Amino acid sequence: MSGPSTYVPKSAIGRWFESRLPVMGLMHSSFVVYPTPKNLNYWWTFGAILSFMLVAQIVTGVVLAMHYTPNTGLAFDSVEHIMRDVNWGWMIRYLHSNGASMFFLAVYIHIARGMYYGSYKAPREILWILGVVIFLLMMATAFMGYVLPWGQMSFWGATVITNLFTAIPFVGDAITTWLWGGYSVDNPTLNRFFSLHYLLPFMIVGVVGLHVWALHVVGQNNPAGVDIKDVEKDSVPFTPHATMKDSVGIALFLMLYCWFVFFVPNYLGDPDNYIVANPMLTPPHIVPEWYFLPFYAILRAIPSKLGGVIFMFGAIVMLVLLPWLDTSRVRSAVYRPVFKILFWVFIACVVGLGYLGSQPPEGGAVLAARILTAYYFIHFLVLLPLLGLFETPKPVPASIADAVLHGGAAEPAKA
Amino acid sequence: MISKTSLGMIAAAMFGATLFAAPISCLAEEPAAATSHVAPIPPPQDWSFAGFFGKYDQAQLQRGFQVFREVCSNCHSADHLAFRNLAEPGGPEFSIEQVKALAAQYKIKDGPNDAGDMFERPGRPSDYWPSPFANANQARTANSGALPPDMSVLAKARGIKRGFPWFIFEALPGFAYQEQGADYIVALMNGYEDDAPKGVTLDAGQNFNHYFPGNKLMMPKPLSDGQVAYTDGAPQTLQQYAKDVSAFLMWTAEPKLDVRKKTGFRVLIVLAILAGLFYATKKRIWADVQH
Repeated sequence: MSGPSTYVPKSAIGRWFESRLPVMGLMHSSFVVYPTPKNLNYWWTFGAILSFMLVAQIVTGVVLAMHYTPNTGLAFDSVEHIMRDVNWGWMIRYLHSNGASMFFLAVYIHIARGMYYGSYKAPREILWILGVVIFLLMMATAFMGYVLPWGQMSFWGATVITNLFTAIPFVGDAITTWLWGGYSVDNPTLNRFFSLHYLLPFMIVGVVGLHVWALHVVGQNNPAGVDIKDVEKDSVPFTPHATMKDSVGIALFLMLYCWFVFFVPNYLGDPDNYIVANPMLTPPHIVPEWYFLPFYAILRAIPSKLGGVIFMFGAIVMLVLLPWLDTSRVRSAVYRPVFKILFWVFIACVVGLGYLGSQPPEGGAVLAARILTAYYFIHFLVLLPLLGLFETPKPVPASIADAVLHGGAAEPAKA
Repeated sequence: MISKTSLGMIAAAMFGATLFAAPISCLAEEPAAATSHVAPIPPPQDWSFAGFFGKYDQAQLQRGFQVFREVCSNCHSADHLAFRNLAEPGGPEFSIEQVKALAAQYKIKDGPNDAGDMFERPGRPSDYWPSPFANANQARTANSGALPPDMSVLAKARGIKRGFPWFIFEALPGFAYQEQGADYIVALMNGYEDDAPKGVTLDAGQNFNHYFPGNKLMMPKPLSDGQVAYTDGAPQTLQQYAKDVSAFLMWTAEPKLDVRKKTGFRVLIVLAILAGLFYATKKRIWADVQH
C-alpha cells in the first residue's frame, strides 16, 4: 500500500543522508503518508497499544535486570531488594509484572478484532501467521519471566509446564533433562530462563517488524472488510489521523494499566508467589497466570498427558490454519449474521475455559472443560468451514466510502 | 508462637512428589486442601491503608511493631526488615535516635575481624532484623517440627478466595480488595478454639483454628487480652492486637504503599488530562473527514 515515497528532505544534510540511506523516507512512507482506511474504529488502536507495551516491557525489564540476580538462593531476595531498596524499584517491578498482563489483554483484544473482522483472510494470511508467531513468543517470554521471582508458583509452574515435554514419545525424558540442565527445575533452569527471557523480547521486536512490513504491503483491513479502492475517498494519511486516534487509545489503556499498577498491583498475581520456592512443598493449587488459563483448561480436559499437550498446542495451530478454515468470501462479521453469533459464542467458550482453568479439576468442572474444549475445536474445524458454504451474507458495500456514507449498513451497490 | 503447615500441606507435599513423576495425570485428581471442614471467609476489617487514598496509620504500625517484637518475633523471622526501615517515611516512622537505640539492644554477629574471628557487636540501623533461630532446622526443633514462616512478605503471601463473581469486583475501583492477607491474619488470631469440635481429632501439639486451611495448626494461640502493654491508651484486647500486628505485617510486606497510592493518584490525573487533550485534538483532526 505504501506508494512511492513523497519524502523530500528539507535540509542539505538531510538530502545528503537520504541519498545514502533512505531511512527517513521509509519512516515517512510507513508512518506519515501511509493510507489508513478512514472507517477504522477504536479496536484498531490495539496495534499501537501493543507496540507501546512491548517497548514498556523492554524498558522496565532492562532496568529490573540491573538489580535482579538469577540464582536460586538469591532471586527471591533480589526481587524484594528491588521492591524495598531500589529507587522506584517497586514501581518498575509492578509496571513490568502487570505490564505482562496488560500486554496479553491487549493482544487478546487484537486477535479477537482480527477474528471478528476477518483480518486473517487473503491477502493477509502471512500477516496473521506472523501475529500468531508473536503470540507464541509472548507466551514463552511470559512463562519464563514468571519463573524469575522464584516464588512457589514460579517453581511449580515451571515444573508442571516443563514436565509437559516428557510426554513426547521416546525422547521426552531426554529433552526435558536437556531443558532443565539437570534432573529437576533448579539453578541451571533459572539461569537459562533468565537468559531466554532477555533474548525473546528482541525476537518479538524482529517479528513485529515483519508483521508491520506485511501490514504495509497488504494494507489494513477495516470494519467494512473491503480494501481501499480510491486512496482519496477511502483513506486518510496515517499521520496525523491514525497517530492521534492511537494516542487516545494508548492514553486510555495507560489509565487501566496504571490503575492496576498503583492500586491493585497484586490482584493478577498469586499470593503463593510471595513464598520462596520450596521443591519439597507443593502448593495445593498450581495455577498459571490468567492469560494461560484457557490453554491450561484444554490441557487438563484431555485424560491423557500426551493428548493434553497435543490439544493445547493444537489450540494455537487452529489460529495458524484459520485463514483456510474459514471458507466465507466475506471478511467482516458485520455482513455475516450467523458468523457474528458464532464469534460471540466462541469468545464465551474461551472465557469459560479460562474460568475452568482456574478451578480445581473436580466434578462438573471436568465435564464442562471437556465440552468447551470440544466446542473450541468444533468452532474451527466444523462450524467455520461449513458456515462459509451455507451462510447467506448481507450485501457488502462497494467501497469504504460507500460503507461510511450509509453508516456502515449494507446497501445494495449502486449501479 | 509455634506454627506449622497443616496436614493439608503435608498431604500436598506428598502430592508434589507424585507431581514430579507424572504431572498431568495428577492434575486431574488434585485433592481439596481442607480436610475436616471448609474454612469460613475471613471477615473484612476496616483498614486505614485500604482504598484510593489509603495510607498506613503510623500509631497503629508502632503498636503493631510492639506486638511483633514482644510476641511474634520470638519464633518468626523477618529477614527483609531492616532496623532503618522503622524510621523510613510511610512506616512506623520512629525517630532515627529511637531506631539506633533499639538496634543497639540486639547482638549482631559480624566478622571476620583482622584476626579472622567472628565477633558480636551491638546492632546498627543498617542491620536486618535478627532471626530468632540460627537456621530452619533449629527453628523446627524448637517448634515441634514446624517451621514458623518468615514474616517479611507474609501479608502478601496469604489470599482469600471468595469465588465468582466476587473476584471480578476485587479488581474494580470502589471494590478493590488488596487487604486479604491482613484480614486473614486478624481472623487467624481470633479463630482459635480451646477444644476441637466433635469429630476432629488433634495430634499432639496441634491447635484448632477455624480459618487455617485444614484447621489444624501447630502455632498455639499467640495473642490474648491484656498480653501486650500499650502506652498510647489503645484497648489492650486480642482484636486490637490482631489488627495492629496485621497492619504492621502489611507494612513489612508492602512498605511503599503510601507513596504508591499517592503517586498513582497523580499519574491517573495526568493521564486523564492527557487523554482529554488527545481526544480533543483527534476530534479536530477528524472534523473534516466523513468516517
